[in-house]
Amino acid sequence: MKYNAKVEISLKKGMLNPEASTIQRALALLDYQVKDTSTMETIKFTLEAEDPDAARNQVVEMCERLLCNPVIHDYQIQINQTGD
Amino acid sequence: MKVGIIRFPGSNCDRDVFYALELAGGQPDYVWWNQRDLSNFDAIVIPGGFSYGDYLRAGAIAAITPVIEGIKDVVKDEKPVLGICNGAQILAEVGLVPGVFTLNQKAQFICEWVELEVKTNRTPFTHLYQKNEVIKMPIAHAEGRYYTEYIDELHDQDQIVLGFKGDNPNGSMESITGVCDLEGLVCAVMPHPERASESILGSDDGLKFFKGIINY
Repeated sequence: MKYNAKVEISLKKGMLNPEASTIQRALALLDYQVKDTSTMETIKFTLEAEDPDAARNQVVEMCERLLCNPVIHDYQIQINQTGD
Repeated sequence: MKVGIIRFPGSNCDRDVFYALELAGGQPDYVWWNQRDLSNFDAIVIPGGFSYGDYLRAGAIAAITPVIEGIKDVVKDEKPVLGICNGAQILAEVGLVPGVFTLNQKAQFICEWVELEVKTNRTPFTHLYQKNEVIKMPIAHAEGRYYTEYIDELHDQDQIVLGFKGDNPNGSMESITGVCDLEGLVCAVMPHPERASESILGSDDGLKFFKGIINY
């Protein structure tokens, strides 16, 4: 089966996020007073697998081996069957 | 002393390191990212640059190339491995040194001369310096803020190699900007010793890094 995979990579709680604080300061320049700004990276792809669990296991492996750095990152995975 | 200089697409300090290693009396040679066997080298340097465009994270893609498997063998053979700037980021991504070098506190690229303190001289790269000696070298990076979950272990095991003296330009944990593995043979530093290898460059304080490898 073919699946859509979506990986959202964020910084672990408490990790400094310079990109987010820069965005928050820039929004303040436009008079938008926002708080708790964060950013995350999204990576999307399709893959073939036997079932959703097998697809998820493959994506977990990809996160551990390349997509994330376990020292600073958390990740969330969404797996959906494609319409194909 | 044959020293391999690793080249990835996007490496850009390779020729500077070559020059500095020759100046220090070594015999450098370039090695491309897809070479697996590095057994004919006595030491390895991973130079700075922007391997693979810093895509994903600085060093992340270089970290899974065949030459890294070769470097792991070099480490097993107890030969010195030095990573400078992007090379340091790569060694941290591979896990050959503890922690990460991530986005600077102020999210900007910093290029300036800094004063550094040599925190340990037990490594091949720093054994020609005095412990706590203050030296001058340039930094040039956007992702150089050091972070580790194991700061106490680093202190206990004498794994902190370089620290910023005075100002902490990128917000690194405890001003750390160079670390090594347990044995001290794998070393990752954000400052550029090759850019401080001759007094005409502004300082020759970095040359001892390369002389240290050659005399090891």
